[in-house]
Amino acid sequence: MTDLSQWAQTGLRTRRSRPPLQFPKVQLRRAVPLLGLVVPLALLLAWYGVTAAHWVPEQILPAPVTVLEAFAVLLRSGDLQHNLAVSLSRVAYGFGAGTLAGLLFGAGMGFSDGFSRLVRPTFLIIAQIPILAWLPFFMLLLGIGEALKVVLVAKAVFTPITLATSAGIRGVPQRYLELARILQFTRWQTLARVIFPATLPQLFSGLRYGLTHAWLALVAVELLASYEGIGYLMVYSRQLFQLDVMVAIMLVIGAVGLVFDRLLALGEAWLQRRYGGAS
Amino acid sequence: MNIRHVLGSGATIPVILLLVWAVAAHFGLLDVRLWSSPELVAAGGWGALRDGTLLAALGASLTRDVTGFAIGAGAGLILGLLLARIRLADRLLSPTLNTTRQIALFAWIPFLSLWLGNGEAGRIAFIALGAFFPVLVNTHLGAALVEARYLDVARTLSLKPHRVLLKVILPSAFPAILNGLRLGLIYAWLATIGAEYLFATTTGIGSMMMDARDLFRMDLVILGMAVIGGVGFALNAALSRIGHLPLWRGMEEVI
Repeated sequence: MTDLSQWAQTGLRTRRSRPPLQFPKVQLRRAVPLLGLVVPLALLLAWYGVTAAHWVPEQILPAPVTVLEAFAVLLRSGDLQHNLAVSLSRVAYGFGAGTLAGLLFGAGMGFSDGFSRLVRPTFLIIAQIPILAWLPFFMLLLGIGEALKVVLVAKAVFTPITLATSAGIRGVPQRYLELARILQFTRWQTLARVIFPATLPQLFSGLRYGLTHAWLALVAVELLASYEGIGYLMVYSRQLFQLDVMVAIMLVIGAVGLVFDRLLALGEAWLQRRYGGAS
Repeated sequence: MNIRHVLGSGATIPVILLLVWAVAAHFGLLDVRLWSSPELVAAGGWGALRDGTLLAALGASLTRDVTGFAIGAGAGLILGLLLARIRLADRLLSPTLNTTRQIALFAWIPFLSLWLGNGEAGRIAFIALGAFFPVLVNTHLGAALVEARYLDVARTLSLKPHRVLLKVILPSAFPAILNGLRLGLIYAWLATIGAEYLFATTTGIGSMMMDARDLFRMDLVILGMAVIGGVGFALNAALSRIGHLPLWRGMEEVI
């Protein structure tokens, strides 16, 4: 970043009006986590109250304690661990395959105009059809085994990674490449030291979409066509009207999403430290 | 235009694939019962179009989609503006909403079907939920980032709150809101298909495809894929046009 734009930014920052009193703001910020807990606690209390007073039948809304017990039963029987492991391994395989394919395809589209012209419309047609529309097609072709899940998760990951990779490579500033030429970098050095770091922020945003979509896709597929996995566990308990188990599994699904989100945020923070404000 | 130019164009691969598919199906290299064939898809599509099932299904799906989207996007818009402009609401609700958002959308279906029944109410609620979060997040973001000096000007002119909203906040947040609506449309359409798969059988493109799968009618499955992709594209194109956005922006968000 040039000095001029830095100066312009600090200029903007100071010109923005600030509240005259700093002290209350600091207090409020310290109180943030507590305020954020008010609503969940109120909901929990309402949930407890409503079920304890038997205002709604257990079949519609189980008591918090019942959910906790269901969770304990799931843990003790090992059902939760087993099905979660199945689901996560499907995500891992699908995510890995989709990322690899997306990186290769995206690199091809990023580096070569000809390749991009050739495959872009085909790619866009494939990308434009959402995974749920692919589902019956692949169910007929592949059955409802592991291949179905991996293929659909991979498709969910493939699109954002491909787009991010090709856009990232095309977005590498020309002057970086000129510098690499002046320094007589080999092709490999240019790739590793110039193009890769410059593409990282885009790539990361692609990974972010990819992982979110992978989890979303997997849950959908497992709800529809599976005999194992966290989504299947949910359908199974739905059929038995075990709402306590359903709520427990829903919390687990949310927790996995949250963990993925945190991991990505950590990765992004690490990248920013490593490559200094690259994004 | 020389031959290399034509061969290198984007139409080459789809045309070749289509030809290979047609020829292989014609000469029995592919099992048409499994792989169908371009002729069968065209014939199936023509049949479904003529007896009205395709248009009826499309109409049912689109009505559902638009209704759910309107409810979810409306709620997301209002709540997003509230969270962006009222600090207390933000501090109170945002952590809860952000945590809830992490639950994969489809995990809601078993609950909604229990609470609201297997009928249209559950489906619409699910579609609304799909549209709700993207609109909420983007509206919140856009309306929170309104430049302070614009608000200063509004304060200096002592504009009434609803004028500030209409003249300052909404125009300034418009690009972000539009992006949220675009995403909301994508999710609502995905949710429409999901709702038609996962709730009890009903009318609609998703149901048509599931029925076709049960009957092993690959031609209708492929037809359904084309229709779903086409509708998604058309919805996105319409909104991109309104906002003068490049057509292919945000493709990475189609799931």
